[in-house]
Amino acid sequence: MKFKFLLPLVIFVVMAGFLWKGLSLNPNDVPSPLVGKPAPQFELSQLHQAEQAVSRDSNLGKVWLLNVWASWCVSCRQEHPVFMQLSRMGEVPIYGLNYKDEREDAIKWLKDFGNPYTISAHDYKGRVGVDYGVYGVPETYVIDKQGVIRHKHTGPVSAQALRETILPLVRELKKG
Amino acid sequence: MKKFMLLALLCLSLPLSYQVQAKEAEYTTGAPEIHGRVMGVSEELRCLVCQGQSLSDSNSEFAVDMRAQIQEMMEGGMSDRQVVDFMVERYGDYVRYRPPFKASTVLLWFGPFILLGVGVAVLYTNVLRRRKQIDETPLTEEQHRRAAELLKQYSGENKA
Amino acid sequence: MIPEIGQFALIIALCLAILQGIFPILGAQLNIRPWMAMAKPVAQGQFIFIVISFACLVYAFVTDDFSVLYTASHSNSLLPTQYKVAGVWGGHEGSLLLWVMMLGLWTFLVSIFSKNLPDEMVARVLGVLGLIAVGFLLFILLTSNPFERLLPAAPDGRDLNPLLQDFGLIIHPPMLYMGYVGFSVAFAFAIAALISGRLDAAWARWSRPWTIVAWSFLGGGIGLGSWWAYYELGWGGWWFWDPVENASLMPWLVGTALIHSLAVSEKRGGFKSWTVLLAIIAFSLSLLGTFLVRSGVITSVHAFATDPERGTFILAFLVVVVVSSLLLFAWRAPKIGQGGKFELVSKETMLLANNVILTVIAAAVLLGTIYPIIIEGLASVGVIEATNKVSVGAPYFNAIFVPLLVPLVFLVGMGPVARWKKADMPDMLRQLRWAFIASAIVAVIVPFLMGGWSWMAALGMVMATWIVTTAIYSLRQRFKATNPELPWGHRLNAIPRSFYGMHMAHIGVAICIVGGTLVSNYMSDKDVRMDIGDTVTVGGYTFRFDGVIETKGPNYMSNQGMIQVLQDGREVMSLKPEKRVYTVQTMPMTEAAIDTGVWRDLYVSLGEPVSGGAWSVRVYHKPFVAWLWTGVILMVLGGFTAMTDRRYRVMARKERKATAETGNLAAAKIATEKA
Repeated sequence: MKFKFLLPLVIFVVMAGFLWKGLSLNPNDVPSPLVGKPAPQFELSQLHQAEQAVSRDSNLGKVWLLNVWASWCVSCRQEHPVFMQLSRMGEVPIYGLNYKDEREDAIKWLKDFGNPYTISAHDYKGRVGVDYGVYGVPETYVIDKQGVIRHKHTGPVSAQALRETILPLVRELKKG
Repeated sequence: MKKFMLLALLCLSLPLSYQVQAKEAEYTTGAPEIHGRVMGVSEELRCLVCQGQSLSDSNSEFAVDMRAQIQEMMEGGMSDRQVVDFMVERYGDYVRYRPPFKASTVLLWFGPFILLGVGVAVLYTNVLRRRKQIDETPLTEEQHRRAAELLKQYSGENKA
Repeated sequence: MIPEIGQFALIIALCLAILQGIFPILGAQLNIRPWMAMAKPVAQGQFIFIVISFACLVYAFVTDDFSVLYTASHSNSLLPTQYKVAGVWGGHEGSLLLWVMMLGLWTFLVSIFSKNLPDEMVARVLGVLGLIAVGFLLFILLTSNPFERLLPAAPDGRDLNPLLQDFGLIIHPPMLYMGYVGFSVAFAFAIAALISGRLDAAWARWSRPWTIVAWSFLGGGIGLGSWWAYYELGWGGWWFWDPVENASLMPWLVGTALIHSLAVSEKRGGFKSWTVLLAIIAFSLSLLGTFLVRSGVITSVHAFATDPERGTFILAFLVVVVVSSLLLFAWRAPKIGQGGKFELVSKETMLLANNVILTVIAAAVLLGTIYPIIIEGLASVGVIEATNKVSVGAPYFNAIFVPLLVPLVFLVGMGPVARWKKADMPDMLRQLRWAFIASAIVAVIVPFLMGGWSWMAALGMVMATWIVTTAIYSLRQRFKATNPELPWGHRLNAIPRSFYGMHMAHIGVAICIVGGTLVSNYMSDKDVRMDIGDTVTVGGYTFRFDGVIETKGPNYMSNQGMIQVLQDGREVMSLKPEKRVYTVQTMPMTEAAIDTGVWRDLYVSLGEPVSGGAWSVRVYHKPFVAWLWTGVILMVLGGFTAMTDRRYRVMARKERKATAETGNLAAAKIATEKA
């Protein structure tokens, strides 16, 4: 069998290998270039107390989660019970970034479904969201004591993702 | 007739404080020069929630927002290049609609032309080799005659 | 009850397909006549049962049977009837059933129109088609059963995606699938030839009409898809290099190369291993397309709802089919004869170069489409950083496509004029000198007529004019070579239809190039906020916004914009773009208002309401865009014309007579002598 006649087969097998790997990947996932970099600075008014500000720096020294959510976001309702449970556990503070939402709608949503957030920042125009590379809610960031983003989870956080990825990372960061 | 009445009623029911002055409509994204630049940059950026459109093509909320933000940045003085860099810093290379030219995309950009070169080279050598390899015996007189007969027969059918 | 019948019919079809796949091929190898003879009736039976199954699914839709999960997911009682029928193929499971029915149809047609083929060949071809059917039927029955029940039945369905509630859904998928699936016939012929070791000009002549028909349908289907996206999606784009679009373009490109390659194999006995390989690649790309669209590995607005299990099955099937056919190729191809020799400058070389370019374009499209997967795959094993993930969009494909198109178009002009075996380049260039001059003149004039110089527009016009002028020249030359004593009607008739078909298709390409180039370079649009009475001027037309009224459709509410169009102050037409909200799925949909003309389309799209009763409106002037689809229609007509060439009909008649008289052997002898 002359080699040149086998060439198409070889090329195909290589391609099939990549396709097979591709089956276990998510094409919609946009890897964030911010992981490993300092979390972008922001200062916004708090959701519940508009006169008060909340900023990134106010959290230096502790490990925390930043969860981007909105009352108009259907998937956020999906992940909400997971965050409620997490807030009850008290292991890590969860800060909310209320993204492009009306203040009254957001407050009502939290009242109806429960508020797992220590504080929610009201990002009405979504500019802070853009700084964080938000493109679809919900999104969740794990930020360490030095204010560096260590992990970004796009889409609703499932109990499995919390258990297998986020919590172990949080625990490790708290130790260091 | 009915539609006209409906339209007339609707017009009458509009609030009187309404501006009835007809004018040339304004661009949704600012002054003409900025509008052109916004659309230009938007064509180079991908709409991340749209499955395959550029920011300029898409009419999704995300795209509309992004264009508004790009407009703001440009009105604030950022150049086209700075706007694109801003987006890439936050969203990664993925947000570029045109894949960037980096080590990881060398195969992508050069691949087709390399392949073309290889194809042409193979073609060339193959044709030349063929010329040497294939031995063609010229037709004999008898074969020539038979061929001519068959051709006449076939084209004879054509005319029928 | 009916859905169960449908499912049962599928199971029977699967059993028949298994018989069809195994026995005829073995029979051909071992020369067992009854096994070979089984092929036709079993294939026809398989088709009948698939049709029954399909009919049962249509019945479920039309009678609003929401106890069937698929119907409940894709239909609704308010849906107009024609969309209930078309909705059958609006989702993954149903479209697969359509796929399999098309396969059955092609198999059925092969079983009927193959009286002049040797029995072993027919047996092998039908056998291969049967094996493919087995794969798809298993896929349907094991992972994608459209007849799965939903108990308790839903009170009403989730409705067909509003984007699909359109005439386009009625014609685009069936036509596209006829093409996609049609390449399985060329594939089956290729495999049959490899198995038998018999790869001669006769084989090429048998395969060619089937391939041309499949190619025509696929091209037509792609064109329809483009047109549908243009008027449906609301922003007037006509090609997005979306992965699913690419998945249909790739087999078409390779199919084009295959047709040209078959021409050489038929006429000159050359390129045989190349032709067989192209046939295998074309169908493999069809299967690959099926994989890409349904597995979830790529993002696309066209992609069906999927899960990894289905993706794995299709990939496994794809691997089995392609690996086995390529192994067969690697084993048998070296034994295929090489055909005659020819000079570096000859029709053969030009056709070969044509095939190289087409294949490279298809490879480039493939590379661009799966590149993100490659990068992610390499990143997941740590070879490169994950943030290297890139998205490959239109700018890449356009940047690659255009440079590759240029040499191809040059060949389109030269090829028909070149002689077989040895062509005289200086003489050809001399013959075509007027074509050169005309192309240059048109290329310079048109951009200025359109409004301003553009290198891309000039290039496009050079290419298109080159094709048209060389085609006219070639037609004239051919006409001059006919018998001058005959009346010109007879002389025109003496030129084979395949010759006309070729030039029709080539001119179709030229028209497409004109449309694509001019609309891309001279399109103008404005995205504006319009209060009532506001005007905006685009492309020499003034558009006045007269407000928005609410209207109602059978299953939607609509905000209909009233746009009055003026030219030179005179009212010429009114356009009514809509923003619809469908009752069930409540997603807003834009229905653009389009005025189509020979020289331009006017396209208005309603955006969102903004403060004070105003709306954002996007107005487009698209010159020559209709030429895109006109070109495709001409290509399809060219294909059909070529297929009705006398030699396919005469040969069939002669060989049927001969078969009746003296049996298969004589027929084969005649065929090879005429070659």
